[in-house]
Amino acid sequence: MNAKLIDRFATLFFYAVAILIICTLIGLLGYIVIHGISYISWEFLTEPPGSYILGQVGGIAPQLFNSFYLLILTMIITLPIGIGGGIYMAEYAKPNKFTKFLRLCMEVMSSLPSIIIGLFGLLLFVQYTGWGYTLAGGALALTIFNLPLMVRVVEQAITAVPREQKEAALSLGVTHWQTITKIMLPVALPGIVTGAILAAGRIFGEAAALLFTAGLSSPNLDFTDWDPTSVSSPLNPFRPAATLSVYIWKVNSDSLSTETAAIVSGGSAFILICVVLLFTIFARLLGRYIYRRLTSS
Amino acid sequence: MSQTLTVDKFHVYYGEKHALDNISISFQPKTVTALIGPSGCGKSTLLRSLNRMNDFIPMFRTEGSVRLGEEEIYDSKIDVVNLRKRMGMVFQQPVPFPLSIYDNIAYGPRIHGTTQKKKLDQIVEKTLQQAHLWEEVKDRLHKSALGLSGGQQQRLVIARVLAVEPEILLLDEPASALDPISTEHIERLILSLKEEYTIVVVTHNMQQAKRISDQTAFFLHGEIVERNETQTLFHSPIDQRTNHYLSGQFG
Repeated sequence: MNAKLIDRFATLFFYAVAILIICTLIGLLGYIVIHGISYISWEFLTEPPGSYILGQVGGIAPQLFNSFYLLILTMIITLPIGIGGGIYMAEYAKPNKFTKFLRLCMEVMSSLPSIIIGLFGLLLFVQYTGWGYTLAGGALALTIFNLPLMVRVVEQAITAVPREQKEAALSLGVTHWQTITKIMLPVALPGIVTGAILAAGRIFGEAAALLFTAGLSSPNLDFTDWDPTSVSSPLNPFRPAATLSVYIWKVNSDSLSTETAAIVSGGSAFILICVVLLFTIFARLLGRYIYRRLTSS
Repeated sequence: MSQTLTVDKFHVYYGEKHALDNISISFQPKTVTALIGPSGCGKSTLLRSLNRMNDFIPMFRTEGSVRLGEEEIYDSKIDVVNLRKRMGMVFQQPVPFPLSIYDNIAYGPRIHGTTQKKKLDQIVEKTLQQAHLWEEVKDRLHKSALGLSGGQQQRLVIARVLAVEPEILLLDEPASALDPISTEHIERLILSLKEEYTIVVVTHNMQQAKRISDQTAFFLHGEIVERNETQTLFHSPIDQRTNHYLSGQFG
């Protein structure tokens, strides 16, 4: 066969692969949207769940709130450590055995099965600390597998800053630290923000790591009580909290009525997909906005 | 305020690689010295060693001495940050910070403690004038520096360097990424800055070295082959290798 013919076949093959990927994605999203959207109502979003074991549908308000709140808690822990670690890896880590070992550790950490992280969290954040199932425990478990990703995102964003940019600052008699905070971080910011939001999407949909850490249930939440130390306050980080993904899993394994389970999980799945999609779009817009602000202020 | 920079029996190693071999040269005030030679000959390494910009390269090691006035640059007790401030550096690619034109210039002085707006205004105007850029940008000082052309950006970078009042200017192929007209701007600028500064310029362009420098040093394989007044070096080189390089037999 001659090279031109092979070239044509290769082109066709790669087009076919691309079409396959797009069709799978559209099929999947389409299925979830078409099945899910009919269950969505104001009540579904704002009411607490019904006794689904008895076939009552109810809403998903506490679970939705828990998902967002857990995400915020996780980000509060992950962002400072992740940015610090990323700066270390990009600017201070010397290329030696220790650094290599550190990288290996982070790769292993980020590829651990999330159910294993859940079990580890159960031992450490639930039993050892004596907290029981808590949002805080869930946030720490999510931090474990979000952190390596965050460190890599920050490291890559900082390494992508042109070397001349850094040296230009240094040659003005600016210290290394000032160069990092005043020149390199702002230039790297769009990349960091985009990476952080994409990581947030992953956290938002996580279930396995949370089954044994944040728990499967939520106490009756009083949405008028904003005192974080009160037991029924939604803001209390030391209360159990089922997130939306965990709730989907739970309804499907507990409910006696397959019809109820289908309604609850269909609606929840739709909301979940929408939020993750919004995160992705938001990440792009925000990244672009920050870039434009920085370059034409 | 400009100083003599003296390099004495200076060696640079990158790990096993002997990048500079026994370099001795001095750079005089109010003089432009051009460093020429083929790629990889060590001219940029020398330039970047003068303000310790190579410190960030792993496995970098030096022997011998570099003195700014009386001060030993590679003395472990020296304040490297302050040293770099005294030696302004300009790179091949123009690298404005992603800030406004004004803030680019004011950046250095602000870091070093000048906060008065009036004072900063003066510095911005003065250095932009020195860099022959004032007339072109005075109406858009608060617009992004990234909107300037390459040649304008390079002059802005030079103005930014001047704003921290260095004693020495180190220019690493400052015009090689620019078009001929911008190059001419930069060359005229270098000639006018000679009145006040000690200038060291690395260049690939031999015609440029001829046009702007008083002294020229020819580098090959990490050594200085020949060093002389520019006119003499170009018209009657002593070393056969210099002659071959200048006549384009290798490069």
